Amino acid sequence: MKNTVISVRNLVKKFGNFIANDNLTFEVYKGEIFGFLGANGAGKTTAIRILSGLSKPTSGEVIVAGFDARKQPEQIKKNIGYMCQKFSLYEDLTVKENIMLYGGIYGMKKQLIRDRTRSLLERLQFEEYGDRLIAALPLGLKQKLAFSVAVLHEPKIVFLDEPTGGVDPITRRQFWEMIYETAARGITVFVTTHYMDEAEYCDRVSIMNEGKIEALDTPAGLKKQYQAGSIEEVFISIARPGKN
Amino acid sequence: MRTIYYLIRKEFIQIFRDKFLGRAIFAIPIVQMLILVPAVTFEIKEVRLCIVDKDMTTESRELVGKLVGSTFFKVGHTTFPEREANELLNRDQCDLILQIPAGFGKDIGKGTPTQLMASANAINAMNAQLSWAYLNGVILDYNMNILAREISSRSFSPIPQIEVTNRYWYNELLNYNFYMQPGILGILVLAIGFILAGLNLVKEKEIGTIEQMNVTPVKKYQFILAKIIPFLIIGLIDLALGIAIGILVFNVPFEGSIWLLFLCSTIFLIAVLGLALLISTFSGTQQQFMFTGFFFMIIFILMSGIFTPIESMPVWAQKIDLLNPVVYIMRINRMVMLKGSTFQDIQTEFLALVLYAIATTTLAVNRYRKTA
Repeated sequence: MKNTVISVRNLVKKFGNFIANDNLTFEVYKGEIFGFLGANGAGKTTAIRILSGLSKPTSGEVIVAGFDARKQPEQIKKNIGYMCQKFSLYEDLTVKENIMLYGGIYGMKKQLIRDRTRSLLERLQFEEYGDRLIAALPLGLKQKLAFSVAVLHEPKIVFLDEPTGGVDPITRRQFWEMIYETAARGITVFVTTHYMDEAEYCDRVSIMNEGKIEALDTPAGLKKQYQAGSIEEVFISIARPGKN
Repeated sequence: MRTIYYLIRKEFIQIFRDKFLGRAIFAIPIVQMLILVPAVTFEIKEVRLCIVDKDMTTESRELVGKLVGSTFFKVGHTTFPEREANELLNRDQCDLILQIPAGFGKDIGKGTPTQLMASANAINAMNAQLSWAYLNGVILDYNMNILAREISSRSFSPIPQIEVTNRYWYNELLNYNFYMQPGILGILVLAIGFILAGLNLVKEKEIGTIEQMNVTPVKKYQFILAKIIPFLIIGLIDLALGIAIGILVFNVPFEGSIWLLFLCSTIFLIAVLGLALLISTFSGTQQQFMFTGFFFMIIFILMSGIFTPIESMPVWAQKIDLLNPVVYIMRINRMVMLKGSTFQDIQTEFLALVLYAIATTTLAVNRYRKTA
């Protein structure tokens, strides 16, 4: 019996006449790494914003961590972590100040914040960066730190919107190691990406194209279904069916 | 409550980490006070007067003598041709021309009514009016003298006269510094908080950190309060600095309760900070906020009654001014500082500010969206 943490049924999101999410239906289970794969503009970010309570669905039913995204977005926010590629932490605060701020906002006790800060910096081999401003850190470190802060309060689910955009391959690999560790602790990871190799690391992948979910299965299942050697081939046959 | 503490802490760290801003928020009000209080004045000294004396009699010289003796006038030129005098006015080398026609002294001697003519440069209408009023005062005085001389030469008893003794209450010496300082204090408190708080929120929108906040369980009122409180504290410190400069540098009296003034300023600040945040919830960029913010600030300040009395504005403008929070703090500051008014005296203004503060903060919390 799988434990469902996200349940989406017939989700539609329209901006005027533009349909960003067209009738999405899927479920995400506890502790899995769920990948949202799609080209730029496929509607991944729109969906992740609705799931994390930042945006309201036009129609459909969205239940995240047991709460309705339309009626109880603030309840959802207590139970999730969120990290976005574009920005994340306050650039003019130090690493420790950022951690203290977000720990405090999620209602963590001061001592707990301190303990977690120490272990977090140790794990990232970050000790000497504790009192540096975020602005002074290289992008890769920023992203890893942002992810750590997003799961600082041990949420049920963490949403990552293209977390590895613009990061070098080594840092990407380290980042994915962190994702695995997190999932192993029982935190569900919902991640969007347009890197095909990253899709291979996920437990299950959904492929989005023009607002619709075209395929949803394990990476192995997808390759079998589309008789492809890699997720990249699967993706291309979905996104450009006429040219395959 | 703890959430607000962490958010406020963050705001303070950010404000003072910015080295320029951290100093400017205290340096700017000091400089403003030192410059504006003595500089902004309606007092007129040394109106440049040009006299065209076509009479050249004892009487005309006596009148000119009176003008020369006055501190308001500086007789820069005395010419004969009227054209030359007008030329001086045109070239902005004098502010006021007084023409004494030929026959002036003779007419006075005969007891026939006589005339003088004054032309003022009214590009600055206020200046022209004031210098005209001063001139009128001197001439009236001279007129009285003639009258008294005439009458007393005919009778032995002294002429009955009504002598008006005046006293200027609350500002005995009509010191303009005293008048301006409480007003400038209000503007200073308005400007710093209003701009900083509004820009602060919009900046978070621009760089996107607000989205990270919006995905946390922070409550809307907590977020808005955490944006108001730091700038409220800074505003009150600036107010204290401003009052200290007023007392120490300009010897402005402080008749009323300083606590009452701080209480009123707190409410005033909450009202204007709420308004700034309300505007910034509508703005997407810092430019948009500055543009809208300046629109309000300029109207607020120019219509506040600091420069011109509200009573002389058109009635419709006075109605609009009911929505101007600066009007209330301007009145409160002047009344409490110069007159020593108590809470009873200013309760209407106080109530208006309380309502204003409730309205703007509620609207700002309401308008701030954690979801798009």
